[in-house]
Amino acid sequence: MHAFTRFRAQLATLPRADIDTDQIIPARFLTTTEREGLGRHCFADWRYHSDGRERADFPLNRADRRAAGILLAGHNFGCGSSREHAPWALLDAGIRVVISTGIADIFTGNALKNGLLPIVVSEADWQRLAACDGEPVEIDLASETIRFGADESIGFAIEAFARRCLLDGVDELGWLLARTAEISAFEQGRPT
Amino acid sequence: MRPATITPARTLFEKIWDRHCVVPERADAPAVLYIDLHLIHEVTSPQAFAELARRDLPVRRPDLTLATLDHSTPTLPANRDGRLPWVSDQAAAQVARLEDNCARHGIELLGFGSGQRGIVHVVGPELGLTRPGSTIVCGDSHTATHGAFGALAFGIGSTEVGHVLASQCLLQRRPRTMAIVVEGRLPDHASAKDLILHIIARIGVDGGTGHVIEYRGSAIRALDMEARMTLCNMSIEAGARAGLIAPDRTTIEWLRGRPRLPRGDAFERAAADWLTLASDAEARFDREVVITADDVAPTITWGTHPGQAIAIDRPLPAGDQPSDRRALDYMGFVGGRPLIGEPIDRVFIGSCTNGRLSDLRAAAGILRGRRIAHHVRMLVVPGSEQVKRDAEAEGLDRIFRAAGAEWRQPGCSMCIAMNGDRAAPGERVVSTSNRNFEGRQGPGARTLLASPATAAACAVVGAIADPRRLPPPTEEAA
Ligand code: SF4
Repeated sequence: MHAFTRFRAQLATLPRADIDTDQIIPARFLTTTEREGLGRHCFADWRYHSDGRERADFPLNRADRRAAGILLAGHNFGCGSSREHAPWALLDAGIRVVISTGIADIFTGNALKNGLLPIVVSEADWQRLAACDGEPVEIDLASETIRFGADESIGFAIEAFARRCLLDGVDELGWLLARTAEISAFEQGRPT
Repeated sequence: MRPATITPARTLFEKIWDRHCVVPERADAPAVLYIDLHLIHEVTSPQAFAELARRDLPVRRPDLTLATLDHSTPTLPANRDGRLPWVSDQAAAQVARLEDNCARHGIELLGFGSGQRGIVHVVGPELGLTRPGSTIVCGDSHTATHGAFGALAFGIGSTEVGHVLASQCLLQRRPRTMAIVVEGRLPDHASAKDLILHIIARIGVDGGTGHVIEYRGSAIRALDMEARMTLCNMSIEAGARAGLIAPDRTTIEWLRGRPRLPRGDAFERAAADWLTLASDAEARFDREVVITADDVAPTITWGTHPGQAIAIDRPLPAGDQPSDRRALDYMGFVGGRPLIGEPIDRVFIGSCTNGRLSDLRAAAGILRGRRIAHHVRMLVVPGSEQVKRDAEAEGLDRIFRAAGAEWRQPGCSMCIAMNGDRAAPGERVVSTSNRNFEGRQGPGARTLLASPATAAACAVVGAIADPRRLPPPTEEAA
């Protein structure tokens, strides 16, 4: 997993609410056995016409949003299927941060395990960020701060353990495997 | 004399959680939670096995892991050359990869030819592997289905699938608890599917976020096990981590005699323990919602998420909210008009929500002596090989065929439309599955979620129809 400390990139807004993981990566692309290469299918049914041409009306297709690395999305982002292919696809498409007023539980867990930061902000702060659509925004995980515009900032909170793993670039499996003695003791103490 | 120790009142969820905490949660680290049963399938497991291989790790408890093939498997029988009609080489390769991973790690696979293959959330309960008080995970969000038995069951991502394979544990923050109390009596024409759609419409698609729901109350107690599974299955569509129902006599009688459960005294001892799991009378939930069962009518979705549902005889919303308008446009509906009578193209009966025997009986009950409309294509896909055998033994397959529907091999099929079973752009599908997201049943496909009875009624009429108001059958019952 990549460490995440500070990230500065262009913000792109996708204001729809309830963007589910079937939109982020449609199920027909899930027959892959890899994690990589899903970026070109990210939001496939919104990004492309059925003949494969790009849709001009999809915000992330705009010429001035190609470099976007931070997605400001509507409420309840990432609901639906538990597919980890959703954060894989977003990361492969260059998105490293998703900001919303609400982010679904399983998506949050999956995102954090892959170095994609899911940030929940208040409705008022969401509106402040929406005013910066297309502008550079900086995310500082150590101080849990979003910086933007002329010296504006918004605080946020990431679950303490996931934050430590992200800052140090270590993954959770190593930590879990270090608990093997406790796990074995637990197994021995219960009826089979 | 020592004072009696006072155990604080606990909810069902808390009792299961406490029994499985290997390391309790701290401010700077989540709990280490032990997993009793890990279900895996072809779609979300390959990357997890690849990670194990990369680190040269074994599967810690292959004996607590069970694999099945369901998501990308064809539902048509093998071709004349014996090959299954795979949607793509990649789908065939994905299944071969799971077969290979299971063989390598000594994991039992309910594969082709096992006679026990099926949708992961149908086969676990059927075999008696889903047990009250246990923890169950799967790389699939509808794992909440198993909560019907009073098991703490939830969906995980592929990285976590790897964690469980390697350690039989998960790192988890303790979720909050929510009680959905359903009092009264569900009307005769309303099923568990109608109830859960009604509940999601009421609390919203993010109404359960961060929570484990316990369904309680007299109307829940009165549900049979398959109805409870339908209900718990869709907890995730309200954003909840899991859904639970306390084990009772109904649970125990349904489980008695299942192939993978102990028999005799061992079963009775386990059953006595399961009955102690119910939430204590004084236990507190972080949130509570009360629903009146008597108000539930046949319910159907009209929009592009499961919360956009109405009683079938109600008019469509006006569409003054932008999200409603967008959903109405996608579905090809005009706000304010009645939904009944709107034409449909396809009907799908199946999925882990409504692909069990009682669901097939409900649909067949409507179709007996009737035919589906000429322009409608209807697929009936049993949830497992066992469900298929049971349905055929009762002659349900003959009723479906006589009505003009297709009777298929078990699998997820049109619920997720990744095996080639899918609708064409713009087609309206009345589906007994759980998700009506844009494109869920094929790019541009328009899904309306409903109960098996409603879906079958719509097939007969060729349009959205109220199952309570179907004209009588014209043909002799088959
Ligand atoms: S039937 Fe549908 S919801 Fe259930 S496991 Fe299969 S794809 Fe998932």
